[in-house]
Amino acid sequence: MNFDYQSRRKLTDRTMVFLCGAAAFIAMIPLVSLILYVLLQGFKRLDWSFLTHLPAPVGVAGGGMANALLGTLTLMVLASLVGLPIGIMAGIYLSEYGKKNKFAWAVRFTSDVLSGVPSIVTGIVAYTLVVKPMHNFSAIAGGIALGFMMIPIVTRTTEELVKMVPHSIREASWALGVPQWQTILAIVIRTAKNGILTGVLLSVARIAGETAPLLFTSFNNQFWPKSINEPTASLTVQVFTYAISPFKDWQDQAWTGALVLLILVLAINLAARMFFKNPRGLLR
Amino acid sequence: MGPMIDEVAEKDKKKEKKKVENQEHRAEARKIEVAHQDKEEGQHPLKMKAEGVCAWFGTKQALYDVNMPIYEKEVTAIIGPSGCGKSTLIRCFNRMHETVPGSRFAGDIFLEKESIFDPRMDPVVVRRRVGMVFQKPTPFPTLSIYDNVAIGLRLNGTRDKKVLDEVVEKSLRKAALWEEVKDSLQKAGGALSGGQQQRLCIARALAIELEVLLMDEPCSALDPISTTKIEELIHELRQNYTIIIVTHNMQQAARVSQKTVFLLNGKLIEYDATEKMFTNPENKLTEDYITGRFG
Repeated sequence: MNFDYQSRRKLTDRTMVFLCGAAAFIAMIPLVSLILYVLLQGFKRLDWSFLTHLPAPVGVAGGGMANALLGTLTLMVLASLVGLPIGIMAGIYLSEYGKKNKFAWAVRFTSDVLSGVPSIVTGIVAYTLVVKPMHNFSAIAGGIALGFMMIPIVTRTTEELVKMVPHSIREASWALGVPQWQTILAIVIRTAKNGILTGVLLSVARIAGETAPLLFTSFNNQFWPKSINEPTASLTVQVFTYAISPFKDWQDQAWTGALVLLILVLAINLAARMFFKNPRGLLR
Repeated sequence: MGPMIDEVAEKDKKKEKKKVENQEHRAEARKIEVAHQDKEEGQHPLKMKAEGVCAWFGTKQALYDVNMPIYEKEVTAIIGPSGCGKSTLIRCFNRMHETVPGSRFAGDIFLEKESIFDPRMDPVVVRRRVGMVFQKPTPFPTLSIYDNVAIGLRLNGTRDKKVLDEVVEKSLRKAALWEEVKDSLQKAGGALSGGQQQRLCIARALAIELEVLLMDEPCSALDPISTTKIEELIHELRQNYTIIIVTHNMQQAARVSQKTVFLLNGKLIEYDATEKMFTNPENKLTEDYITGRFG
């Protein structure tokens, strides 16, 4: 009787382990197949010239996405210029000064709402606010749209990570006669630095793959951009344009563009993980 | 009408009674102090003085009218059972108490002739003169050993590498840590052992030219060997600094201090020379506590 009970328990235990394991395996399938498929499809056209050449006209062999790669990098930098200072400082405010006040509550609430806003909506807003008054599509508008998307992510991750710095560290700094502002800058932020960097990298990786807001803002361009105030190609929009085109060569290139984008995002994610794993940091 | 007046009168009476009690308490404290000063010749000069110190966390009062002197180049130990207000009291001496949200303070504390609660006195300046070491070692985890010691000076504006090098070595030597870390100054402060971390925190405090060192149960997180080292260090530091130490451990108070103060439920029960306190306490409560009858 007692044995019966035990063996039944063991059986339940094993069944649950099996079910959960199977679910975990199934969860892996889309990810692995996605990476494999993009690799297989994109690998054909992946070579040095793809990364260094401008798109070729239809019917002409060769050509690449060099301008789109540069455009994506430009957009990432511009978005960071908009999103990081505001996001990081807002996060520090929320954690250090605005623990309970109403204003901080409002900021937190809007950040949470904002990070759930569909990216195409952000695109339309940036179109109305930036593209219309400037009368042209530009990398600036794209950067601002992506920056808008970064702000709430960076704000909340910075807040959480700065909050994680133990109170005893702040007290130790005050007890050394270090004023509050210096305590925040030289001690608290320094302690949370790697965490904040991780959050920053993850948010950059997140916006690097955005397409929708760019359709209205940076648009597209088949040539090298001459300035940040003109339509600018990006990997995502270029992939979109090529993928829906009727030409076989362009469709192949779309896969390669997708592969390059995937590698870029994976690399950023890996870098973020390294920061997180190594709390003392790579940058010292 | 009638009952209300009665109530008010009742309240007034209570207040009056409390006032009298407080005055008695204060008078008693003064007596102790004066008697003490009379007793010992060649007493060190007064360094700090707490007068009528009361402290609150929200509505909960943690300290009731504490009066005590702190003499220069002596170790004053604060003992008492958990929750008696030891830590609160020591945190008043460098105005760390007020950093707790919702806290309140009444009374006054003098550092030499000046009140540290003078509105013109910046708490930042007070904390540079009255340093503190906490119960749990708190080295700054992302800074090297060198930077941990140098940071106080650096943030106060010293940039000269030579000066910094000198101060770092001097402070680490004073904290009896130099020999152990001189070859690894660039290693992380968090990589040291608990006892070393605590000495690093002491060195960090000493680096900023302080006069009074507050130690809030500095050994309670340490093993016996590290504890012995810190106690030896306290003996050394007494040559140059005034020290106030909170301790749970009565043997430790007896070993390291010259004066002892016994707190119970936020009230100062007895203040006296350590030797006297541990051999022949005036107050029955002190005796009970020291002999381990409670607490």
